[in-house]
Amino acid sequence: MSETAAIDATQESYESPVTPESWGKFGMWIFLTGDAMSFGALLVAYGAIRAASANWPIPNDILGISLTAFMTFLLIVSSLTMVRALSAVKHGDISGLKKYLGLTILGGVFFLGLQAYEWTHLIHVGLGFSENPWGSSLFGATFFSITGFHGMHVTGGVIYLSVVLINAQRGKFSADNHNIVELVGLYWHFVDLVWILVFTLVYLI
Amino acid sequence: MNEQLNNNNAASTHEEPNYTKIFYWLTALTAIEIGIALIPNGPFYPTLLQGFLLISTAVWKAALVALYFMHLKYEKRILGAIAMIPLVLMIMALIFFLNDITVPDPLSEDLSTSDIEVVLDN
Repeated sequence: MSETAAIDATQESYESPVTPESWGKFGMWIFLTGDAMSFGALLVAYGAIRAASANWPIPNDILGISLTAFMTFLLIVSSLTMVRALSAVKHGDISGLKKYLGLTILGGVFFLGLQAYEWTHLIHVGLGFSENPWGSSLFGATFFSITGFHGMHVTGGVIYLSVVLINAQRGKFSADNHNIVELVGLYWHFVDLVWILVFTLVYLI
Repeated sequence: MNEQLNNNNAASTHEEPNYTKIFYWLTALTAIEIGIALIPNGPFYPTLLQGFLLISTAVWKAALVALYFMHLKYEKRILGAIAMIPLVLMIMALIFFLNDITVPDPLSEDLSTSDIEVVLDN
């Protein structure tokens, strides 16, 4: 009787209309949705402040495109290495998983280094939270808030990926057990997706 | 149990998309975006058109990442519906902000004194 009940309970969790896959993935999507709302609020506020401002500077002139274009390319490459890592573990290729996870972490660290360089340069030429020699002071506040919030996500992603890599080194993943890798992948692609929007809205338009 | 979970995982059982092709698309679209941003505005290329093209390209790129890299295309529809919530809220927020966007704030520090006088006179 109790055995039958246990089997039924197990089947129920798989056959739930909400999440027939892993609950972890469902949870990650809920988290990402909430996070997307935070980014959405920041970007909408940026757009509203910019549109209402009479002397908003042309971002291209201050920020330049070449460095951030390369940073965008870097995140796209790191998304590719992330899907390769997941693909490798699904096929039981653990050394491939470790190699591609390592490359993804490297991409994230490189991105953060370039962002630190960009921030340092901009601060040196006079851009601050409340200062902007080229026009509206709110430009600096919104720029540092949005790119800083994204940078914190990249930092969190690098730490998250490193923990997964350590677990991969310890042999915790296999072709039949790779949900954790899929979850960190979802997070990392989300960080890439947000940067795609930030790059366009803050740097290009 | 884990094995069974993974076997039941919708996104795990589909055929893998061509990730390299998606990567090339994303790179090409980024290059196109930079081109759109660098072309100087003129009578046949107003700022509004430039903005529309840039946002369209960015949404296209974001959709490629969500659908293929995040496997949303192969997931149950409920996950897609959840992912749409922030987008709907963003559009709603934009509509709510529309008044602020179209009518400059007379107390904004960015406006010159003469601008404020014009606004107050009206």
